[in-house]
Amino acid sequence: MTQAVKLLLAKLAGAFFDVLPILLVVVCFQIFVIQKPFPNLQTAVAGFGLVVLGLFLFIQGLETALFPIGERMAFQFAEKGNVFWVVFFGFALGFATTIAEPALTVVARKAASLAAQARIIENSPGSIAQYVFNLKLTIALSVGFAGALGVLRIIKGWPLVWFIICGYGLIVLATVFAPQEIIGIAYDAGGITTSTITVPLITALGLGLATFIRGRNPMVDGFGLIALASLTPIMFVMVFGIIFHGVSK
Amino acid sequence: MNSLPWIDAIVLSLHETLWDILPILSVIVFFQLTAIRKKIPHLKQLAFGFLLVIFGLGIFLVGLEQCIFPVGIEMANQLTSAEFLAGENLTGAPDRADPGLYFWTYLFAFCIGFSTTLAEPTLIAVALKAREISTGSISALGLRITVAFGVAFGVTLGAYRIVAGTPLYLYIVAGYLVLLLQTFFAPKTIISLAYDTGGVTTSTVTVPLVAALGIGLASNVPGRSPLMDGFGLIAFASLFPIIAVLGYAMISEQIARPKRGN
Repeated sequence: MTQAVKLLLAKLAGAFFDVLPILLVVVCFQIFVIQKPFPNLQTAVAGFGLVVLGLFLFIQGLETALFPIGERMAFQFAEKGNVFWVVFFGFALGFATTIAEPALTVVARKAASLAAQARIIENSPGSIAQYVFNLKLTIALSVGFAGALGVLRIIKGWPLVWFIICGYGLIVLATVFAPQEIIGIAYDAGGITTSTITVPLITALGLGLATFIRGRNPMVDGFGLIALASLTPIMFVMVFGIIFHGVSK
Repeated sequence: MNSLPWIDAIVLSLHETLWDILPILSVIVFFQLTAIRKKIPHLKQLAFGFLLVIFGLGIFLVGLEQCIFPVGIEMANQLTSAEFLAGENLTGAPDRADPGLYFWTYLFAFCIGFSTTLAEPTLIAVALKAREISTGSISALGLRITVAFGVAFGVTLGAYRIVAGTPLYLYIVAGYLVLLLQTFFAPKTIISLAYDTGGVTTSTVTVPLVAALGIGLASNVPGRSPLMDGFGLIAFASLFPIIAVLGYAMISEQIARPKRGN
């Protein structure tokens, strides 16, 4: 029992040291550079306590839920040996988590207002809602595509480098042809897809697949799902821009 | 005294986290029932773990919003405000952007990029997995520190770019060229992990603070507009960690090589 308590305390201390650097930076700059008294000291101290507690609980949750479930599903899929289902799972996980992401709606609305300003779409609620829906669907499909392709890549053992080089090549090409107003949105979309809950789960899934499928090296083949999922939205959104806005002049 | 707003904020945040986790849970349950058709082992333990994730993330986000974000954003605003920069200059408000005036801003950019990355939960998760898979030859903390240096450098360079006004694409093209070269020469085992770290750094803790810094700089440096120049810090923050991790792996391979030869 005392052993378990000691272990928990050590992990709590770990979470404290993870967050401590931010605290040091903020306090040092406040004292030495800005030289003004701290606003709302009590709130800040209590908030810091919550950050440490929250991070501690989340890391415990990683190890009791998100990692094991990713690994177990990878094992069960590998045992079944049906490629279709696991590729479909990769797609569904990417699509579902992205379409439900609040940050996606924010970016899609921003893009719609830019498009309305540039008179690419009509400035009416109906056409703006349609544009937002189409863009959200495009981005969610792109992450689903990355999930499916990434899982297939692990199963087949295709090197990630091919995908990275082709992917960035296509992005550079698309940047030349894509309309100006969509480029910033496209790069923003690449950052949306890394939700705090999805990342541990798909990392565990990818590493699990690479561990259970014979002939795969977990280090070489198991990582890379996240890399693909931050690449495809940029590409898909630029193609979306070229289709809906026309080629840049 | 004011404990009630706290509870409200936590309940609201838990509600949001629950909505984030629902699509994931539905996909998992759907595939367990249709494709795998087996009972989920250790169901109670998993359910408890999911509760930990929901509560942990919910509380973490409330703490960030109450403590770290307001102070950090306020600080980014003050360090990029015209008055602060004028105080450094002494001759009054700077009429043109002089990169040398912004020492404290650059230092803040570096420190905030470094420290927020260390606290990023997604990076912690990936680092734990990397240690486990490499059976300890990759240290979780070492990986996080390397990534944090990459983000810190990226954010500082991004801040410099906004002040100097050089076009973003020049840096991005140069960065990708370096990355391409490294990808050819770096040890094969590190490449997938390195590219994954580029995607996880732009997450919960880092983005709001770095974005505030970028918008503050772009609004207050003479001749910049937040619409045109505010972007780019995030792009740098996901490019440079990859360069840092690949670079670190290449250097440690070089150091290890003569020893192996003997």
